[in-house]
Amino acid sequence: MSDRSYLDHAATTAMLPDARAAWLAASEHLGNPSSLHAAGRSARKVVEESRESIAADLKTRPSGVIFTAGGTEANNLAVKGLYWQRQQSSGSKSPMRVLASAIEHHAVMDPVVWLGEHEGAIIEWLGVDHDARVSTTKIAESLAQKPAIALCTVMWANNEVGTIEPVERIAELCKEQGVPFHTDAVQVLGQVPMNLGALGADAVTISSHKVGGPFGVGALIVNPATGFTPLLHGGGQERDIRSGTFDAPAIAAFAVAVRHAVAHQEEHARAIRDLRNNLVERVLATVPGVILNGDPDLLGGGRLPGNAHFSFPGCEGDSMLMLLDAAGVDCSTGSACTAGIPEASHVLLAMGVDERTSRASLRFSFGYPSSSVDVDRVVAALPGAVDRASRTVSSRSK
Amino acid sequence: MAMSGGVDSSVAAARMVDAGHEVVGVHLALSRNKTYGDGRQRGCCTLDDALDARRVADKLAIPFYVWDLSEEFAEAVIDDFIEEYRLGHTPNPCLRCNETIKFTAVLERALAMEFDAVATGHYAQIVQGAAGPELHRAVDPDKDQSYVLGVLQPRQLAHSIFPLGADTKDIIRAEAEARGLLVAQKPDSHDICFIPDGDTAGFLQRHLGSLPGEIVDSESGEVLAEHDGTYAFTIGQRRGLQLSRPAADGAPRYVIDVEIGSRRVTVGPPELLDVYALEGIKPIWTTSPLGESPVELLAQVRAHGVPVPARAYAHGDRMMVELLVPIRGIALGQAVVLYDGTRVVGSATIAVTTRAA
Repeated sequence: MSDRSYLDHAATTAMLPDARAAWLAASEHLGNPSSLHAAGRSARKVVEESRESIAADLKTRPSGVIFTAGGTEANNLAVKGLYWQRQQSSGSKSPMRVLASAIEHHAVMDPVVWLGEHEGAIIEWLGVDHDARVSTTKIAESLAQKPAIALCTVMWANNEVGTIEPVERIAELCKEQGVPFHTDAVQVLGQVPMNLGALGADAVTISSHKVGGPFGVGALIVNPATGFTPLLHGGGQERDIRSGTFDAPAIAAFAVAVRHAVAHQEEHARAIRDLRNNLVERVLATVPGVILNGDPDLLGGGRLPGNAHFSFPGCEGDSMLMLLDAAGVDCSTGSACTAGIPEASHVLLAMGVDERTSRASLRFSFGYPSSSVDVDRVVAALPGAVDRASRTVSSRSK
Repeated sequence: MAMSGGVDSSVAAARMVDAGHEVVGVHLALSRNKTYGDGRQRGCCTLDDALDARRVADKLAIPFYVWDLSEEFAEAVIDDFIEEYRLGHTPNPCLRCNETIKFTAVLERALAMEFDAVATGHYAQIVQGAAGPELHRAVDPDKDQSYVLGVLQPRQLAHSIFPLGADTKDIIRAEAEARGLLVAQKPDSHDICFIPDGDTAGFLQRHLGSLPGEIVDSESGEVLAEHDGTYAFTIGQRRGLQLSRPAADGAPRYVIDVEIGSRRVTVGPPELLDVYALEGIKPIWTTSPLGESPVELLAQVRAHGVPVPARAYAHGDRMMVELLVPIRGIALGQAVVLYDGTRVVGSATIAVTTRAA
């Protein structure tokens, strides 16, 4: 039994042994999947079988699976690729609108901001309620307004507080208005059932390492009828939407991880929900003043089963993280940027949490290796960490 | 262990680990402009420096964190720097940073988290004396940083560790090399870290705007030139006056006085700059306070200034210093640090200077 507890599975999770085996097996074969000879064909077979496997698991068509070098690239491709394509097909260079939720991951938010700053896009940030949920009524109103909208992007579930968004309804609304809809589903795969055929979104982002596959591979699952201007130009390997040599071993392992995530989704969700609920109950009972952020209904379908997110008013989140780290618990302050500098979370601020409280927050996220030992360790370590971290705040505010 | 990502704090961290302490590395994010360096960086505050510090911590196998103190730094150091210049003073931001950030914000936070001490890569020595810990000059006179540590209170000193003070910079660099620390060849930082281009006047002008006034001759009262803001002038300054006419006797002229109200900068011969006595406010006594009767000590008014013999005593909440050898060109706002041999006695912010003998 490990003497540490890793509770940051929303950041990345352990690689599945089967995925690693598939990865190593594929790495033994020589051949560029785009080559025309026998070696190339054999490598290509691995890629296409993986594509079909992922499409089948997510109930969509293989032709819509565009492999990328991860979730960030997929999100960039969706946001910029849709914007440029829509602008081009409108036949005019005039700026278009972009609807985006105010709680997107940086990999969506930053490309959207970039479009505003560099392409003149008119950005409309969709606010959220105190549980971090967007309003479909407001989205419907925004969609009905002129001028033209290039795309609407709302994440399927929030990475920090775990709130699941009403993406089915938003997809419908977008379809009614003829607006392309993108959703970042990186956090939901394996935790929530995903039926992309039924969803009917124009673009859905998934990532391998969040479900036990290797880093550096992901996919944008697109509607093949929707156009995307490529970000990467080159060999045109992925339907001319994305260029770059296929990483066959990573793709093979990704497909194994997706198969596992989908096949075991229900039991996995139940297991991590039980652990999460146990943690939340005990933390609320033992730490005075603690606040649970996100959807408070721990048994309903509105929250990722593996997510717990707390604010400890009067504490400094990064002090807490450091103290828990020393006590053998790996958790997260939510959004760490380049240099590891914790910033007040834009998600919590959008939920109406004040800046000080938002800096006093920690996320614990469960994954398939998690057990009740991890919950026990957090519950044992928290009161001491809260006590010490609250002293760091009072000394700072002098 | 405060780790800037430079040679000094990296070696200091390695020595702390070797000494058997349980060491946690902390890099202070002091700037809100999070930029990468240009590869020739001199500062301590770019993302590259944070990465360097992280790599050293990896090598030493110690935990490493970045603490964001940019808010505290902006308020206590940068705003203070600008405000002091607005008042016609000449502050030392490194000293202010030690006083308010490194040995207050960081130390208090560390103590609250039940650490015992903060170690830094400063060149200074702590000696356990009869009256408590004493702060002494470093062995290397070129690197000695006891002046900028003169702001430490006894309690802060009791929880500080300076592992480098007994060695010269050459030895530290060689040690970094021998330990395989990649930062061994990094240049020393000299500039004010929040003004990386070194253009202090430009920085102040951006913050304080243009406040034009006259430059006048101390003897004739004649207006010699116009200027854009008194903050660009420091008492004792000679360069950059851009006077069209030389003095009658051809001798160089210096800034003698800076008046904020009239925005008048007075220039004149260097003899007028000689300071014979000064008064310091907000004195900090490093180990124990001076009494009311004068004691023969050494006084230093700049980070790399020459210490001069002085008689000093405490008078109410002021530090009174009579300079037995006059010091030329002291601006208000500078810190005076008193030494007894190599031992730091205390420091204060200069509020009054007396120029007549």
